[in-house]
Amino acid sequence: MAPYPYAVAGVLFVAGLYGIVSSRNYIHMAVCLTVMQSSTYVTLICVGYLNNGQPPITQGAQPGKPLVDPVVQALTLTDVVVSVVVLALVLALALQAHRRTGSVDPDRLRGMRG
Amino acid sequence: MNTRTRALLFLPLGAALAAFLLWGLAGLPDFGSTQGPYARYLARHATAQRHVTNVPTSIVFDYRALDTLGEELILFTCVMGTALLLRSSREAEEQRPSDRPTSAAQRHLVSLLIPVTVLLGLWTISYGYLTPGGGFQGGVVCGAAALMLWAAGGYRDHRALTPTGLVDAAEGLGAAAYIGLGLAVLAAGHAFLANVLPLGSTGTLASGGTIAVLNWATGLEVSAATVLVFHEFLKEYVQTLPGAAED
Repeated sequence: MAPYPYAVAGVLFVAGLYGIVSSRNYIHMAVCLTVMQSSTYVTLICVGYLNNGQPPITQGAQPGKPLVDPVVQALTLTDVVVSVVVLALVLALALQAHRRTGSVDPDRLRGMRG
Repeated sequence: MNTRTRALLFLPLGAALAAFLLWGLAGLPDFGSTQGPYARYLARHATAQRHVTNVPTSIVFDYRALDTLGEELILFTCVMGTALLLRSSREAEEQRPSDRPTSAAQRHLVSLLIPVTVLLGLWTISYGYLTPGGGFQGGVVCGAAALMLWAAGGYRDHRALTPTGLVDAAEGLGAAAYIGLGLAVLAAGHAFLANVLPLGSTGTLASGGTIAVLNWATGLEVSAATVLVFHEFLKEYVQTLPGAAED
């Protein structure tokens, strides 16, 4: 089968990156970062997929059909946790920036004050 | 650098990155055609070796349990980081929170849904090694129930029913139980976090040995961590009135 599922991941990554580059708002930037990170979930799940496969749960599994890759699914779980952690910290930083400068626009945070 | 220069700079770099990505993607094996050696091995032997039917959970809490310890500590650090960042400059600390009244329909509906959510979370954790689910997923669902307390009753009910001391202790207990089990196994003369408990019979709740214990430790830690993060962000969101805080 054609590599279209991987292309979905590529599009998500580049779209998220463009969002981060053009962002004028920290909250928007955090969402774009999440979009970028979701491309890694798609990549991992795609790498593990098998044609005619079944979920890697052996309870009630049909005999004879292969299981899709359980390793990348476990990795995706780690990836989701990291994504949530990063999102929480970025949002906390955005709140902090808003408190200090009254703005969530990265361009308004030019000067460093001691 | 203004937005325009930034966009101009991004266009060639983004195009180069996209081309690089496409080149890499073209070199990958065809979608759905190949599987790595570890995947083949685990798909064939995990259930027989560990007596659990959810193969990803056996990887998360047994074959790669050390990585999951790191993952838990990331979450632990994140809670500390969020609290430090938000608490360090909170000005309205001595003010008391005010609750905006919600509609009766919202209160009743969400109150009905809270026990359902808690049950769903506990079910997801407890059957995590048999059917899809696990400590991380169920923990987040349980944590969401605490957020629903805020939606149903208001901020003060939310804080009263999830006392910070208790949730802090639960988070620490979850993380400590994970590390403690690993050290206990080490003290018993096996590898760190090796699965040495009796494996039980496949397909029942009493199966998997240490997988079940680590699953519950993670569930506790994740639900408590989620609630603590909600606490910090809600403290920012909730309107305050002048006057002394209650806790």
